[in-house]
Amino acid sequence: MYLHEYQAKRILREHGMNTPRGVVVEDAAHAELAATGYLGGESWVVKAQIHSGGRGKAGGVCKVDSLDALRETAAGMFGSRLVTLQNAPDGQPVERLLIEETLVIERELYLSLLLDREAECLTLVASAAGGMDIEAIGAQTPERILRERCDPVMGLQPFQCRAVAFGLELPTALHADFVRMLQGLYRVATEMDLDLLEINPLVITRDGRLVALDCKMVVDDNALPRQPALDELRDDNQRDAREVEAVHAGLNYIALDGDIGCLVNGAGLAMATMDLIRLHGGRPANFLDVGGGATSQTVARAFSILLADPRVKAVLVNIFGGIMRCDIIADGIIAAMREIGVKVPVVVRLEGTNVELGREKLAQSGLTVLAAQDLTDAAQRAVAAAEAAK
Amino acid sequence: MSILVQADTRVLCQGFTGKQGTFHSEQALAYGTRMVGGVTPGKGGQQHLGLPVFNTMREAVRETGATASVIYVPAGFAADSIMEAADAGIELIVCITEGIPVRDMVNVKAALRSSTAKLIGPNCPGVITPGACKIGIMPGSIHQPGKVGIVSRSGTLTYEAVHQTTRIGLGQSTCVGIGGDPVKGMDFVDCLRLFEADPQTEAIILVGEIGGAREEEAAEFIRTSVSKPVAAYIAGQSAPPGKRMGHAGAIIASGAGTAEAKMRALRDAGVVVAQSPADMGRAVMQAMQQ
Repeated sequence: MYLHEYQAKRILREHGMNTPRGVVVEDAAHAELAATGYLGGESWVVKAQIHSGGRGKAGGVCKVDSLDALRETAAGMFGSRLVTLQNAPDGQPVERLLIEETLVIERELYLSLLLDREAECLTLVASAAGGMDIEAIGAQTPERILRERCDPVMGLQPFQCRAVAFGLELPTALHADFVRMLQGLYRVATEMDLDLLEINPLVITRDGRLVALDCKMVVDDNALPRQPALDELRDDNQRDAREVEAVHAGLNYIALDGDIGCLVNGAGLAMATMDLIRLHGGRPANFLDVGGGATSQTVARAFSILLADPRVKAVLVNIFGGIMRCDIIADGIIAAMREIGVKVPVVVRLEGTNVELGREKLAQSGLTVLAAQDLTDAAQRAVAAAEAAK
Repeated sequence: MSILVQADTRVLCQGFTGKQGTFHSEQALAYGTRMVGGVTPGKGGQQHLGLPVFNTMREAVRETGATASVIYVPAGFAADSIMEAADAGIELIVCITEGIPVRDMVNVKAALRSSTAKLIGPNCPGVITPGACKIGIMPGSIHQPGKVGIVSRSGTLTYEAVHQTTRIGLGQSTCVGIGGDPVKGMDFVDCLRLFEADPQTEAIILVGEIGGAREEEAAEFIRTSVSKPVAAYIAGQSAPPGKRMGHAGAIIASGAGTAEAKMRALRDAGVVVAQSPADMGRAVMQAMQQ
């Protein structure tokens, strides 16, 4: 789960780290009040709070030099949907702005702690090329990236932090602060179950302070049950509405841009079903995993979620019945289709325990279900049905 | 032979008296798995499914001589159960539980460094040697004793591979579902090494998916150290970057971990890579004929 920048910065401050002074506001009037009443000064930075990187290039981060410009910028951002290179084509809603003081910056650095799958631990990543995204640094100048693996038993050690400080050629006067900051960040990342804590850029100001100019935090979804304070920071408006509904129904749904709805048990098979549709010339409308123990209720919810997408011209149900028998799954599909009143062609591929009985039930249901013989047949029929509906 | 589990493997269940533990222990017993008891703290001394219940794994291992355990404990407590099993001297720990926080798994992996215990999972279907021993949630009926070793990150795709190899008459030596989490126990290379050394296994199917670099690592290992024919399928060829596809570990992050890169690495290592999940059986047949 993503946190907003203003939430992540609040956490940093609570742990003794510096961020620019700033105020989060929910309308343009308060933006002006924040600048004049609290921040003071003559220029400010206006930052759209959305769950996506690439805001700067998309116009979501603006420096303004007058109150008029601040008013105008804030009014333009509020209520808009910001489209970046990293988010969905229709962007994400801007409901909050972070108004910050401007700083005089000497140097910009990159810093992150991230879950390193290969090393199976958190790894500290740093680079002197701050401000750029880390993929670009990695592609252009991989030798400028410093890495330190954090042993989960020992934690991030001071010698590792010093090695990074020297590697970044930080002024020695800042080393003690830097080591303290890195160890604080490691504590935050572990205590809060973060998959990613990224400060980009970390700046050195002219008055010699280390300040987190931006901050991104991603919380491990599996840890949310034991992180109730972080769970409360959830902002579902930043996500696709159908994905949110699916989460509440205990389903895994991801919207894609095709026209064949997919309803599958198991994440691997759900991905494989999308691949299969592509392979046979069609385009999947979604990823949807109903899980191993799918009941007729979950199948019904799944149907209603994927049919809420008006682009869906056909549905492919692909279930490998293991412990859950195929006849029970067939009952679920029939009940769900009757309840929802499905109007588009539905191709069903069942395999596994009691498959004959399951197919028989579907055939006798009186519903227009196209029974597929196998995986390939299912994909071909679904693609043909979607084509015919165009 | 086979790998990891045989007909005489003595198995304990952690989370034995819970709903999942009960249901899948019944299924395992019906399949012929040698279940010898289970652990539910606070219920020690009772009988469940005709087997003894213990309070602790130390006690259960001492009393039953079990060498394997299967975990159906809820996500918040499962990491502790893995460490309890390792501490009690269990050689093979199979963790079915989905949703364990990754920090817990990082700690578990660090704790297991000083142990000889093997861990399968978490977030996996388990391991089965057809006709001999089933540990996990896979449907026993689709399996058939035979020649193909299967190792997979996905549960239902393992079943597809099993179904296809059963249908063409090859059958399976052992099937290992290693699970869909980013930090987990045994990986492709660990299983490939065992399959290579197992006389019953004549060919191997590897089922991977997007995310991480373990398939690439497996490709390198196959190139240098596997003499048996290998076929593979990688799920997620059409998955969008940056989205977690159901499994915690199935995500293309910063352009790394794509299906395309994995398929290329495997092909370069001489593996027959199926483009379609419907062709895993055909691919292994082709690999065996080459």
